[in-house]
This record gives sequence, structure tokens and C-alpha cells, in this order.
Amino acid sequence: MILKKKDLNRELKNFTINFGPQHPAAHGVLRLILELDGEIVKKADPHIGLLHRGTEKLIEYKTFLQALPYFDRLDYVSMMAQEHTYSLAVESIGKICVPRRAQVIRVIFCEITRILNHLLAVGCHAMDVGAMTPFLWAFEEREKLMEFYERVSGARMHAAYIRPGGVSYDVPVGFLDDLYMFCSQFNTRLDEIEEMLTNNRIWKERLVDIGVVSAKEAIDWGFSGVMIRGSGLPWDLRKMQPYEIYSDLNFSVPVGINGDCFDRYVIRVEEMRQSINIIEQCFSLLENGSIKNGNFKMGVSNRFEMKSSMEALIHHFKIYTEGLVLPSGESYTATEAPKGEFGVFLVSNGTEKPYRCKIKAPGFGHLQALDSMSKGHMIADVVTIIGTQDIVFGEIDR
Amino acid sequence: MKAVELKNIVPIISYDFNNNIVVVSNQELFFLLKCLKLHFNYQYSLLSCISGVDFLGKTYRFGIVYDLLSLAFNQRIRVKTFVNEITPVTSITSLYINANWWEREIWDLFGVYIDNHPDLRRILTDYGFEGHPMRKDFPCYGFIELRYDESKKRIVVEPVVLAQEFRLFTFQTPW
Repeated sequence: MILKKKDLNRELKNFTINFGPQHPAAHGVLRLILELDGEIVKKADPHIGLLHRGTEKLIEYKTFLQALPYFDRLDYVSMMAQEHTYSLAVESIGKICVPRRAQVIRVIFCEITRILNHLLAVGCHAMDVGAMTPFLWAFEEREKLMEFYERVSGARMHAAYIRPGGVSYDVPVGFLDDLYMFCSQFNTRLDEIEEMLTNNRIWKERLVDIGVVSAKEAIDWGFSGVMIRGSGLPWDLRKMQPYEIYSDLNFSVPVGINGDCFDRYVIRVEEMRQSINIIEQCFSLLENGSIKNGNFKMGVSNRFEMKSSMEALIHHFKIYTEGLVLPSGESYTATEAPKGEFGVFLVSNGTEKPYRCKIKAPGFGHLQALDSMSKGHMIADVVTIIGTQDIVFGEIDR
Repeated sequence: MKAVELKNIVPIISYDFNNNIVVVSNQELFFLLKCLKLHFNYQYSLLSCISGVDFLGKTYRFGIVYDLLSLAFNQRIRVKTFVNEITPVTSITSLYINANWWEREIWDLFGVYIDNHPDLRRILTDYGFEGHPMRKDFPCYGFIELRYDESKKRIVVEPVVLAQEFRLFTFQTPW
């Protein structure tokens, strides 16, 4: 058979491939249907929900206190930041105030969490792109930080430490000394990671001008956190709508210029340095005092008090059986979680259970822009873009 | 411009201007959001999220809640509308492109139909899932369960069998 020329010139169809759900660079269970023209991505259709656990539904069947640990399990690399948002939401409905010492401890742990998250984000991003070493170094630092988690709460990840009305335990003796030791060496560790990456030719070739997001696009897609700051908008909820003691702290917000993956990487590294700076400021702000609000109706009394005061014992029993009864109302509370604006829309109907608890996960908004960010890029760049978005499926699928 | 002046633009059902909450009818929703986004004095250019709430027992049982953020004025506003099972909500994807997935989530979890949506598929639940799990009359444990059948060598779908009655502890103490 002789091939005729007109047969050879047939229109080629785009090639469709399945990326994930079992792929090491998919950061969990992302199923991505990619439509390719050669190696160029024409369309990316993320299928999410493979890790859907019905968190919001389960929360409706739990009391306000029992619902708290679910928030650790959403974005399992920035645990306390989410407990914190939920606690703030409960506090805003119940008009619960938090003592100063608890606020400072919360900020310390929120910043520890930010470092934890960014270390994983940068390390895993580097590994997806092909650099193994920074990942190992980042995880060594993460190990130290999770030890701090363990020392205050007993759990290395799912701490359930920040609770409505304060924190669950005071920091143990010697904790702050060790945290100070960590802070004093951490910048050097970051320098080492940066030495491997920032001026690395391969790293730059893979990141510079990849996944460019303009400031307008970032707003249109509802980005927040590093994703919006990478595009040059100085939007940080810690500065713009300060909560806890952030208004008393002195820190700067890094902002990108080009809006590409490299800018976002640089921002993440700089944010870690700023977090260390914040933690160091918190040391001097940490004054003696209570770590829980004294209102028995709106928070758990501490164990020592429970053993000595009848009133405290009664309320301790009431809170752990009936639960915290909040007045009816609703609030949308948003904080600057490491990945972006993490919001909790809480509706209370005056009982001990949340009527509705909507979780606004930053990654959900970022992932739906994957199609527009990766259009026209090579298939290998999709991995870079997923890495720079800092996707974690626990929070997206809920 | 204060949110109070919204009353002059759109018929508003109820409001709480201290907390920036506005309730409008389903028909006025799109126009109000358009004003809020494009009007120079509001500039709510960023859509934070869309949430659904099921108030079972009310005539318009589903509340659809839009949380908007204005970067220019550093303000948030919450726009709500209420619909029932058969009334669709107009899609706002032409205004806010990131509404796409949030609206798909509303459709998936609450079964509120979104009109003019470019791509209304289920998003969070499994392929081929039936029902809308965030409705209050959907039981927490669902209707079907999956398990691997060793004899058939495949996953089988069966109706849920509870080994023990589902217990809901409501300790509303009388004192």
C-alpha cells in the first residue's frame, strides 16, 4: 500500500492524559485531565474531591469544642493556623475575650506554623522540580518545629492546642529558651537552602516566567496570601485587618514584581525570615498571666482550678457534656493562614452545635486558576505551577 | 460610600449595616453584585467565597451567601439570598470568574440549580454520587457504603447497614 500525501496531512487531535490521582508531584490526590498539543498544555481540568471527608457535615454533628480538631486535619501542613481561625470565629460569635498571654502564644504558634508550611512548600516544590537536597534540609527543620508542637500539646501535627478562649496549656518550662535557640540558627539554615536554589541555573530556568499572574488576574481569581502578593499586591490580612496582637508587631510584607513562580518562591523564603522576626518580638511581649479567659461559661477552666473550686468543677462538667452554648449569630472570620486567606463562615442557632460551618480554603480558589495559569506552558511546567500554588488536598476537598 | 446607600440602588429585603450584611431577592442578586463590583465607591472586586446554608423547614430553605472583599477600601460585605429547591440562582461567573467552583460546590452539596453556569458538574462528591449531602435532611452516614468483596474481587456498593443505631447526643440541659 502506498501512502498518499493527503492522508498524511490529517488534522491531529489533541492528546488527553490523566495526571494523577497517584502521582508524586500531584501533592496528594489531584486528578488532572490534561489536553496536550504535543507537549503544550491546551486545557487542564482538575478533578477534586478524592479526599472529600465531609468535614463540614461532620462538624454540624459535633459541639463547638469537638469540632476544633477537624481543623487540624484540613490543611495538614498548617495545622494551628486553622484552629486559630476557627477559635476566632467562635470567639467573635460568643464575644469571648482572650487574655494577652494567650494571644502572644497564639501568634508564636501561628508563625511557627507558617514556617512549617513554607518549609514544606519550598522543599517539595524543589523536589518536584528536581532538587532533592533542600527537601531533606527543610524536613530536618520541620522536625524541630514539630517538636515544639509536641511539647505544648503532646501531638506532633494535629495539636488541638489553640482553643476558643485561649490556648489549652501554658508553654512548658524551658520551651522559650529552646525556641530562641531555634530562631538564632534558623536564618543560617534558610541561607543554606537559598544557596542551593536562588541562584541555581536549573531552578531559575524552571521557575522564572512560569505561571505568570498579573495583579488583575490575581484579584479576578480571588487569590490570597502568597499568590496575590507574588503579583505585586501588598495584601496581608495580618497588616490590613489585624487580629490578635499583629498590630503591635513590626514586620514587613514581601511583595513580588513579575508574578511568576520564582517571585512566589522568594516571597515564601522571605516570609519565613519575617516569621522568625515576629517570634523574636513575641518573646519580649510575653508577660505573665492567664492563658484562658476566666469566664467559666465560655471556656474550659484549667485543671488546677477545677480541683479546688466547686464553680469551676460544675462548669467543667457542663462544658464537656453539654458543650459551649453560643448565642445565635453568624460570622465570617478570615485570617492569614500560610497558604492565603483561610476563612470560617460559622452560623450558630443558639445551641451547643454549629448550625453550619463553611470552610473557605485558600487552595480551592488557587487550584481553579490552574487551567488559566498552565495554558500554553509545557507539561513539565504544570508540576511547577502545582508546586507554587502550594496545594494541599486536605483543605481543598474538605 | 456607605452600605446604607445601597437601599437607593437595589430593593433590599433586610440588612445589617453594622456588620455589612445585605439580603436581596434572587432576581436582584446579579444586579446588586454587579454594582458592588463595578461601582467606583464600592469596588468589591474580590469574591472570597460562596457558602450555602440549609434552613430546613423554612419556605425558602437555602441561603446562598456571597462574601466579597474590597481591596481598595479594605472592607468586606456579605450578600445573601434565599431560594427553595426548585428556584435556580443566577450564576455570577460572568462577574467573578472564581465563582465557578464555588457555585459547582453549591450545586453538588445543596442541589440548588445554578442558571447560566458554564460547567455545572459535581465537584466534591464521588463520580455518580446521588443526593446532596449538605442538606439537613441528608443523614450524616449517607445511604450507601462501599467495601471490597473478596469473592467478587471488586468493590461492591451496598445500602448502609448500621451495626448500632445512630446516636445523636443533644444534651440541652434544662437548667
